[in-house]
Amino acid sequence: MNAFELHHMTFAPTKTAILNDINLDIPWGIDLTIAGHSGSGKSTLLRLLATLLTPTSGTILYNGKPQSDYDPILYRREVSYCAQQPALFGATVADDLRFPFTIRNTEMPREQAEAALESVDLAKTMLDAPTQNLSGGERQRVALLRHLFFPPKVLLLDEVTTGLDPDTKAVIHNLLDRQNKKGITLVSVTHDESELHMAKNLMTLVDGQFEEVTLA
Amino acid sequence: MNSQLIVSPLALLLALILVVIALAINLKEALGMTQDLIVGVVRAVIQLTVVGFVLTYIIKVNTVWLTLAMVAIIIFNAAWNAKKRAGTIPDAFVTSLLAVTTATGLTLIMLVSVRAIRFIPAQIVPISGMIASNVMVATGLAYRSLNTEFTDLRPQVLERLALGANLKQASQKLIVNAIKTGMAPTIDSAKTVGLVSLPGMMSGLIFAGIDPTKAIMYQIMVTFMLLGATSLGSFIAVYRSYPRFYNDQKQLR
Ligand SMILES: Nc1ncnc2c1ncn2[C@@H]1O[C@H](COP(=O)(O)OP(=O)(O)O)[C@@H](O)[C@H]1O
Ligand SMILES: [Mg+2]
Repeated sequence: MNAFELHHMTFAPTKTAILNDINLDIPWGIDLTIAGHSGSGKSTLLRLLATLLTPTSGTILYNGKPQSDYDPILYRREVSYCAQQPALFGATVADDLRFPFTIRNTEMPREQAEAALESVDLAKTMLDAPTQNLSGGERQRVALLRHLFFPPKVLLLDEVTTGLDPDTKAVIHNLLDRQNKKGITLVSVTHDESELHMAKNLMTLVDGQFEEVTLA
Repeated sequence: MNSQLIVSPLALLLALILVVIALAINLKEALGMTQDLIVGVVRAVIQLTVVGFVLTYIIKVNTVWLTLAMVAIIIFNAAWNAKKRAGTIPDAFVTSLLAVTTATGLTLIMLVSVRAIRFIPAQIVPISGMIASNVMVATGLAYRSLNTEFTDLRPQVLERLALGANLKQASQKLIVNAIKTGMAPTIDSAKTVGLVSLPGMMSGLIFAGIDPTKAIMYQIMVTFMLLGATSLGSFIAVYRSYPRFYNDQKQLR
């Protein structure tokens, strides 16, 4: 069974298509990396997979059914899009981490939040730090944790390690590997050449289409 | 009673000098508002003259339907003007009409039923005008706040949607800020009433020779009613408008 099946999927908000007639199967459990130049439509593709955008023609099946069969809110909790430059919107780290709990009408257990921070090499005292003072790498890790408290089935990762230092990259790749081993399907996009050698399954997006579409 | 304020036509003409001052400053500083200023003055004179005659007539005949018709016109105009501040928010006229009608209507019903005012045109019409114009300003500000925040905070909203928030949760801060923005002028003026401004109605009553204590009690009532009406109006306008920033697939437009 495939997580996603794209059939003649086109996204053309204006006359020129950003993504053009894409046919693609993404199997469950895969750790897939999609490479492409800046502006090639990688973010757009992930937003389409996350139902934050809708194809202008063609279809995307998720778990065998059209996206439109699902309630978008529940769908996005299963297929979680991690943005390229994540917005933190709380006053403190705790406020930001609490959001997934708040929208499910539950309390955030403090120990769980502290453990999550430590799992990505952040001090648990950071919980009460103002988000304004965080570095880029710290922000990205806090933002990622927010997507993991209630594990999704698919993580869509939009250049989540771009521009970070090698140590932070390693911590994040480690975190993501652990998620994939737990059975979470990963679809990452990047334009960073140095990331590509680690890719387990690699595809390239050029001019709105995939160059090679053979997946393990 | 000869303390009553009577403006003679001659005095009015002399007061026109004040407008000339405004014009002179405008020309000297090249503010580019000369035309607006002249249009404003001419409109004020015409509108007030017409309304003066209309009000005199309505107060004299004192019929329910004519009073209600006047209130309806006031509400319609207020809603129309509020809508102009809504930019591209869809359906803003209906929303404004709903907000102004509910806020004005409920406040009037409250005031009449506790006998704070009587159902006579001389009281209903000016009070409606006061409420409707404040609600108009409040909803207009609330719309503007929604528009700027949905632009400025777009990444935040997207992030919350991506985390599986529903539309209300995704818009939470923006809703609060818009309602706050709508109510801010009324709250500010409630704080400074009597210290900075002596509001028109109270000044009018005192001018007209009414015991200042009574005028003040009226003003307290007005302050309460404006607080209630503007919060209700902003609330309605914001809650009906924020979902319009999303499409049927619960995506940001
Ligand atoms: N909603 C939109 N409407 C029109 N053009 C868009 C829209 N979103 C993105 N684009 C354009 O589509 C192209 C691909 O954007 P994006 O998916 O962000 O690329 P990438 O993530 O690969 O850098 C860019 O040229 C961008 O300007
Ligand atoms: Mg991108």
